[in-house]
Amino acid sequence: MVGKKKKKGSKTVVNIVLGIICVIWLLPTLGLFISSFRPAADILQTGWWKVFPHQEWKAGDTIQLSKDVDLRGPIEVKGKTYTDDQLKAGVKADGSRLIWENRRARTVNSQVEGWKVKPDLTLDNYNNVLTGKEYKLKEADGSETIQKGTGLSQAFWNTLTIAVPATVIPVLIASFAAYAFAWLRFPGRKTLFVIIIAMLVIPIQVALIPVLKDYTALGLNGSYLGIWLAHTAFGLPLVTYFMYNFISQLPKDLFESAFMDGASHFTIFSKLILPLSVPALASIGIFQFLWVWNDYLVSLIFIGNQPSVQVMSMKIADLVGSRGNDWHLLTSAAFISMLMPLAIFFLLQKYFVRGLMGGSIKG
Amino acid sequence: MAQAKQRVSIRAVLISIGILLANIVVNGLIFMFFRDSTINPLLTAVLAVLWGVLGVYLIYYTLTWAVEQYPDYIRKRVLPYVFIGPAVIILGWLLVLPALRTLYLSFFDASSEKFVGLSNYAAIFTDHLMATSLRNNLLWVFVGTFFCVAFGLLIAILADRSSYEKLAKSIIFMPMAISFVAAGVIWKFIYYYQPGDEQIGLLNAIVTYFGGEPQAWTSMIQPWNNFFLIIILIWMQTGFAMVIFSAAIKGVPEDIMEAARVDGAKEVSIFFKIMIPYISATILTVTTTIIVFTLKIFDVVIVMTGGQYDTEVVATQFYRQFFMYRNFGYGSTLAIVLLIAVLPVIIINLRQFRKQGGF
Repeated sequence: MVGKKKKKGSKTVVNIVLGIICVIWLLPTLGLFISSFRPAADILQTGWWKVFPHQEWKAGDTIQLSKDVDLRGPIEVKGKTYTDDQLKAGVKADGSRLIWENRRARTVNSQVEGWKVKPDLTLDNYNNVLTGKEYKLKEADGSETIQKGTGLSQAFWNTLTIAVPATVIPVLIASFAAYAFAWLRFPGRKTLFVIIIAMLVIPIQVALIPVLKDYTALGLNGSYLGIWLAHTAFGLPLVTYFMYNFISQLPKDLFESAFMDGASHFTIFSKLILPLSVPALASIGIFQFLWVWNDYLVSLIFIGNQPSVQVMSMKIADLVGSRGNDWHLLTSAAFISMLMPLAIFFLLQKYFVRGLMGGSIKG
Repeated sequence: MAQAKQRVSIRAVLISIGILLANIVVNGLIFMFFRDSTINPLLTAVLAVLWGVLGVYLIYYTLTWAVEQYPDYIRKRVLPYVFIGPAVIILGWLLVLPALRTLYLSFFDASSEKFVGLSNYAAIFTDHLMATSLRNNLLWVFVGTFFCVAFGLLIAILADRSSYEKLAKSIIFMPMAISFVAAGVIWKFIYYYQPGDEQIGLLNAIVTYFGGEPQAWTSMIQPWNNFFLIIILIWMQTGFAMVIFSAAIKGVPEDIMEAARVDGAKEVSIFFKIMIPYISATILTVTTTIIVFTLKIFDVVIVMTGGQYDTEVVATQFYRQFFMYRNFGYGSTLAIVLLIAVLPVIIINLRQFRKQGGF
């Protein structure tokens, strides 16, 4: 009985500690998400947590100062004296806050504290980032400036055009190779396979310079084919290793009878192996897709500055470089780039996790 | 027996040559169409995806069909190479050969004209910037990997005993789906520093709330600013370690732990004396994976600081040497240094693979 009670007590501790860790892990993304819906001026003035109900100073009575008060010296308001700087920043005076309402007209506002419940949220940031059109931006002081949008939607389609074939091609090529490595006997099989496994850990940096030279010579730079091939090569070792683990575990008699019936290896592969491998294909496919979708280095090198094929990660990195303080653009752009991976993550989490564990859990 | 070997017909040879050529020509033409076309970008995208996805399948289909035209004994020998061929060609062209070429280039000067022997390597270890980036990379590898593994293990164990395991694991794992560039934006916002009272960056808001002075975290006292970048890696990679540890922990037989509990062992000693040894192989794999990953870290540094304030790592230096200073010698040497750093990991992995009975 005692043991059981103790265990229950420790479970509460576990739940609380884990809860705190989870909140810490979630906060960064939450901040980005909330900020992306806030008006540009708000983001720069107050923290994103101010969208939650909080107490705020609100305009109250206006106090008119007499004309002969020297604004540089001590200023008397409601029986107490303050400096000009204090009134500029706002100063507390028994329950209310005094702040210049209009310094030239010599009016001071006595603000009162009240709850702010309704947050100001807007979709403007998303419109601005997605379309390349010009849009008006409201500044903190009420004036308006005109900025040009970022045109992220083009980059979104580019990323998709790169990511889909850059997922399907390596998965297909790797599956064919894995099938041959697992079930066909041929000279050089062992050596070639070990080389592929060894390449699992090779940093892609060693390949970039020569590949770029070849691409320039062949006119593949900045083309879809070039970047598909690059992603295929860099993803192949892992995908082959993973698919080999799966395909080699399939029971042999499953397709031996098909072979006896005179089916060719190609037929066996596409009619039997591929359908049987759907769980493995899905998990490694999701992994490769996320990897390509989130890639920055490979695109940066093989796409360069051609806006027609630029991907989202490049656009965002550019934004960070050129407009690092425009948080309304940065937050919404970053969130748009996260939409696809997050959707995939939450919808297909089961497969994704299985994909991660293939090969690593066996150790 | 010789009689059983059928003759290779000329027709089959012609067919296979024809199919090989047709594949090259057709795909080459399609490629040129896409390169030069000025059609609607959305239509291009759809067509390109179709080509990319169907094209590969058609290549395999036609090539195996050509091989089918041959008598059995030839088909059996050639078919495996048709299956692994594309993989071998692509890897050979875009990974193996380039690695060798990079090694070769690393012995030449900036414009790859003059042979300079090992002097690039000597320069890398003496140059201040290079030395800084090597040091930072070590920081990343040791600090980053250590915390990813430690937190991953801790959270996996906590989640296993909590009442909301799935939800907690999803939350911790979620950053895995976010790109490093987006994560860079997220964390830049957390570390954001603006002069004045009102801090919109979470970290500075917390610091000022407790009466502290706001800091410019990523550019402040070096080399401590590196740790603020490493936190991003930890945030993103802990989920990976956690998922795998979580599966491994569930594999630890309950009766062993129960027996130890009956013998009066404390939870902490059960953890260190039973659980850790039991999952040691998994810990090794996870650690290697994260080390390899961390050695190549690039995006985070580029987005967060651009390598300023002594936050440069090998991969960013590589990029800078190659693309900004056009110093092919240094660029290649840096890539090779990275490769050498990973070599022990390759060897450990191959050994592990052999032990598993991979071949």
